Amino acid sequence: MLTATRGRGRMDWTDWASYLYLGLGTLLMLGPVVWLGLSSLKSPSGLIEFPPTLLPQEQARVAVPNYPNPLPLYRITQGDHAGQTLAEVRKIGLQATMVDPAAPDALIRVPIDDRAKVMHLHAAWDNYTDLLQKFAFGRYLWNSVFITTVAAIITLLLNSMAAFALSKYRFAGREPVFLMMLATLMIPPTIILVPNYLIAAVLGLTDNPWGVIWPAVATPTGVFLLRQYMLTLPDDLLEAARMDNASEWRIYWRIVLPLSKPALAVLAIFSVMWRWNEFLWPMVVLGRNETFTLPLALNSFQGELTTQWNYLLAMTVVTLIPVTVIFAFLQRHITQGIASAGVK
Amino acid sequence: MNLPERPMRWMQDRLPDGRLGWLFVGPNLAIFGIFTFLPIVIDFYYSGTGGTNLLPTDRPWVGSENFSSLLACKDYFDPNSCVRDQFWYAIWNTVKFVALQVSLMLVFSVLTALVLNRKILGRGFFRAAFFYPVLLSPVVVALIWKWVLQRDGVLNAALVGSGMQPVEWLLNARSAFGWTVFVSIWAHMGFYTLILLAGLQAIPADIYEAAAMDAAPPFRVFRRITLPLLMPSVLVVLVLGLIRAVQIFDEVYVLTGGGPGSATTYLVEFIYNTGFSSQVRQYGLAAAASLLLAGVLLVLTLVQLRGMRGTKGNSRG
Repeated sequence: MLTATRGRGRMDWTDWASYLYLGLGTLLMLGPVVWLGLSSLKSPSGLIEFPPTLLPQEQARVAVPNYPNPLPLYRITQGDHAGQTLAEVRKIGLQATMVDPAAPDALIRVPIDDRAKVMHLHAAWDNYTDLLQKFAFGRYLWNSVFITTVAAIITLLLNSMAAFALSKYRFAGREPVFLMMLATLMIPPTIILVPNYLIAAVLGLTDNPWGVIWPAVATPTGVFLLRQYMLTLPDDLLEAARMDNASEWRIYWRIVLPLSKPALAVLAIFSVMWRWNEFLWPMVVLGRNETFTLPLALNSFQGELTTQWNYLLAMTVVTLIPVTVIFAFLQRHITQGIASAGVK
Repeated sequence: MNLPERPMRWMQDRLPDGRLGWLFVGPNLAIFGIFTFLPIVIDFYYSGTGGTNLLPTDRPWVGSENFSSLLACKDYFDPNSCVRDQFWYAIWNTVKFVALQVSLMLVFSVLTALVLNRKILGRGFFRAAFFYPVLLSPVVVALIWKWVLQRDGVLNAALVGSGMQPVEWLLNARSAFGWTVFVSIWAHMGFYTLILLAGLQAIPADIYEAAAMDAAPPFRVFRRITLPLLMPSVLVVLVLGLIRAVQIFDEVYVLTGGGPGSATTYLVEFIYNTGFSSQVRQYGLAAAASLLLAGVLLVLTLVQLRGMRGTKGNSRG
């Protein structure tokens, strides 16, 4: 606490300063994300507008009798027709031929400097729907979902098996094994990129989703988290099951796993976040475009010469939605898990 | 979904009691072995080989040549005088980046944690807001800011609106460097704030009550109580922040691609460029650079372990 808390109801300057700091901070933290979301609903013409508008807009159009296509609307700012809203038939040089939608027979000529576009709110949802048709977006989405889901399941299984042995058995070599797993926490993946690529290549895992999954599933964090939790489960439960002649696997599967649900949930969330957001290793091991995950697709898409920002923005939003939804519902679990394990 | 039960039971009946543990640890350990421990050994071998072939059997042994070429400099402060100038640009960029990023992030995350620990309305919301960017994919983070910083972006619109000239933020070496620092703080600060917040909440309330009895002025309470008791958490944040910052790659790679020139090329990007991005894949050189990076990280980790042991001793005593 920066200062002692004052009496209720009275705001002193430290309170004001706190709210100001938090307000500005929130704007800085969430503003760019909201801006991305709003921009992703703009049409290509709306995106190149400078200065940009806050909300996605589009020029209003109106159907006029005798004209096959809806005509764009303008508000006339000067001259004889000032204040009227007219539709443009065609534009030649600096003059536009316009009609009053209410009286479509009379053509009116207006200098183009004397008018302003009539804008209305319009969300360009086709930025999103086009993703599926124009790009192999479904493919990337599927790759990401497949890797994230399968890796999470295998991670939970292998890590909980290891944690079970490390917390509930006494066997020669238990301590060295545990220490070795903790030691891997200190070996960041960035320093073993080259040899891991060799191993993946030898095992036939390059250009293959399993090349992302296998190296990632034996997380030391997960083993540590689950072991600490399982240590708190009473051994009497296991002994009782052994009296009933339950096999060790059955004890693990039917007793220890169900009781470890809270810790498993935290690890599941972590695993999903890790795999969904992972970038460097997938970029190394997945060389072919059709094996790309969403972050890789985003990266290669933004590097193209003529970046189509409307699609890129929509793709970015789709990539951040699952994480945002998970956070919205499981915020408490995530923050408590991180605070207790000291990892992310 | 209990298929493994029969084979596991069969094994259980045949194994002596003491060995059963290995059955459960085995799969996890095997993957650690293949994808973490074996690679370290191979890293050492690779660092002594040259050429561009991937298979170790096709690679000529060159001894310490990779290391000596990386370290060959007339003047270590001038990358242009080095054989591997890109490596030294990357090193000095990383040093500058780490110094600036970690110190600024530490200051702001301590400040944010202090404010978020006060009794304020909407505390849960504010905490969530500051934490949210931590969960975003680094690629998404980079694209969010690329969109804000682009030539016709909202930041330049604000500048033009207030009568200034638009700036090509990411095409200018100094500002591109500054933005990589800012964006990485933006993306990671929430994580460190969370650790510090947990540290603040662990400070017993009765200490503050005693201070209030003595009518101690707020600033002295902060300096004499809050800060010393928060030090263990600050140390954790400092070292974790250092370890992460040295390995900065993802956000920067997408945001600036290491440019303009090599103004934002950091160490991991050098390793990636050397080993993977170009047609000439110099695996040996990349492995040697990885080992040098590993050395730095090892030192930082040892500092962390020492620090953590120290804090544990304190809390007991």
